Amino acid sequence: MTAAIVGAATSDLGVTGLPALALLAQGVTRALADAGLALSDVDGLATAGTGRFAATQAADYLGIRPAWTDSTFAGGSAFEMYVARAAQALASGQCRTVVIAYGSDQRSARRRSLTGPYDAASPEAQFEAPAGPLFPASHYALAARRYLHVHGLGRRVLAEVAVAARAWALLNPEAYRHTAGPLTVEQVLAAPMLSSPLTTADCCLVTDGGGALVLTTAERARDLPRPGVLVLGYGEATSHAGSAGPADLLDTGARAAADRAWAASGLGPHDMDVVQVYDSFTITTLLSLEALGLCPPGGAGALVADGRIGPGGELPLNTSGGGLSYGHPGMFGLFLLIEAVRQLRGECGARQVPGARTAVAHGTGGILSTHATVVLARQDTR
Amino acid sequence: MSGTTGASSLPGPPPAPADAVTEAFWQATREGTLSVQHCPACGGHQHPPRVLCVHCGGIDGLRQVPVRGAAVLDSFTTVHRAPDGRAVPYTVGRVRLAAGPVLLVPVLGDPDSFRCDQPVRLVWLSLPDGRRQPAFTPAPDAPPDEPEP
Ligand SMILES: [Zn+2]
Repeated sequence: MTAAIVGAATSDLGVTGLPALALLAQGVTRALADAGLALSDVDGLATAGTGRFAATQAADYLGIRPAWTDSTFAGGSAFEMYVARAAQALASGQCRTVVIAYGSDQRSARRRSLTGPYDAASPEAQFEAPAGPLFPASHYALAARRYLHVHGLGRRVLAEVAVAARAWALLNPEAYRHTAGPLTVEQVLAAPMLSSPLTTADCCLVTDGGGALVLTTAERARDLPRPGVLVLGYGEATSHAGSAGPADLLDTGARAAADRAWAASGLGPHDMDVVQVYDSFTITTLLSLEALGLCPPGGAGALVADGRIGPGGELPLNTSGGGLSYGHPGMFGLFLLIEAVRQLRGECGARQVPGARTAVAHGTGGILSTHATVVLARQDTR
Repeated sequence: MSGTTGASSLPGPPPAPADAVTEAFWQATREGTLSVQHCPACGGHQHPPRVLCVHCGGIDGLRQVPVRGAAVLDSFTTVHRAPDGRAVPYTVGRVRLAAGPVLLVPVLGDPDSFRCDQPVRLVWLSLPDGRRQPAFTPAPDAPPDEPEP
């Protein structure tokens, strides 16, 4: 049995003054209205990030008693993992209508910390925190340094990712940087250094935000008002917890996650009309493009150069503006899926990829620690 | 190996206290000995210390063994906005020991001179409780068995 996404919506974005659960509920009510369904239809709920009992808190706030919940906490890839879990729960009959939701007030609450969570009981608190890395930025910086060294590239290839993200955001009225004007490679290179070789312009935004997806069976999706988006395949991989963990910084679990999703979907990277990958940092995008198989190792620099991933380019990537220029409410994984759905429904206005029928969303969490890939297609194409 | 016993102290907050599994590692630092955990079943080395070997799953006879400070700098990043108020900039590096394990450590010296894969040597930083924090700095000369990259 195939699962389908039948509703998608974002919450208010930016500096909202709203608490996280209110932003989450905003996304849920909007996504259900989009799907032509009601809260009383929802018997499955997946969310994380609003507290230790995230799904419990969200269910209580929404006033529902779900038959299935999931709060797998894997950072930015969690929401791609929820699509997989939801598809399995729907197939097993444990529930009929799943909402995957998120809300974050991290900008209004000034909650974003550069040090992040070094659990006092973790090995990292003894063996990594003393060196003073920014968490998570310094790990991505270490990967970026290694990437540029191994492939003989300069910082310009990183900057191109941020430049393209801004170009897409200029076409997206929802984007936090919609009116910020274009960004140039020179501006990214000249931005204040945060953790070398990454500047502040290589790092995602800090905003409030939220959103939700509604999933049900493909069979039931045919009776609902919006075009269904089929979940054709998914895959995931989890690797290290600390920066010293991976033997090779550039050999993340992303390749395994993507390979599993391609095998399950029967499609490959070059079958995708739209690509949404997590851009927590510019290096994340380069590594993800290679892991998805869109180019060979070291080839992402050429793939992102000269506007190829920007509007009108051959590889429409992160068409919302991404975490770099759309917004970044702590975990961006859900927004990759929402934008993919909107592209497949053909409702993206100035940034619409003409005739988009297939899309991939690839989330990355922690410090290149967790990876999950979801392959999607318009229901009416199959 | 015994690294240089520097007069310098770690600039930021000290590491979390040792626990029952990591105590042997930290005790050895008091004598200026850097160690990694060795598994007698498969001969593998690992760090941080654990109650099992990640190479073979073995649980018997795991113990800390001293290692030479010979290492190479896998990657590094210079931090310009400290998480904890320590003076910036400073450099954090991934250092790969000859025995295999990788450490995340302070890298001391001129960041403009650092490059990936260069040889580095151990330097100790003092901690308030008598333990020592391993740090590394570029080795003036490559060890004889490791040619300059
Ligand atoms: Zn072993």
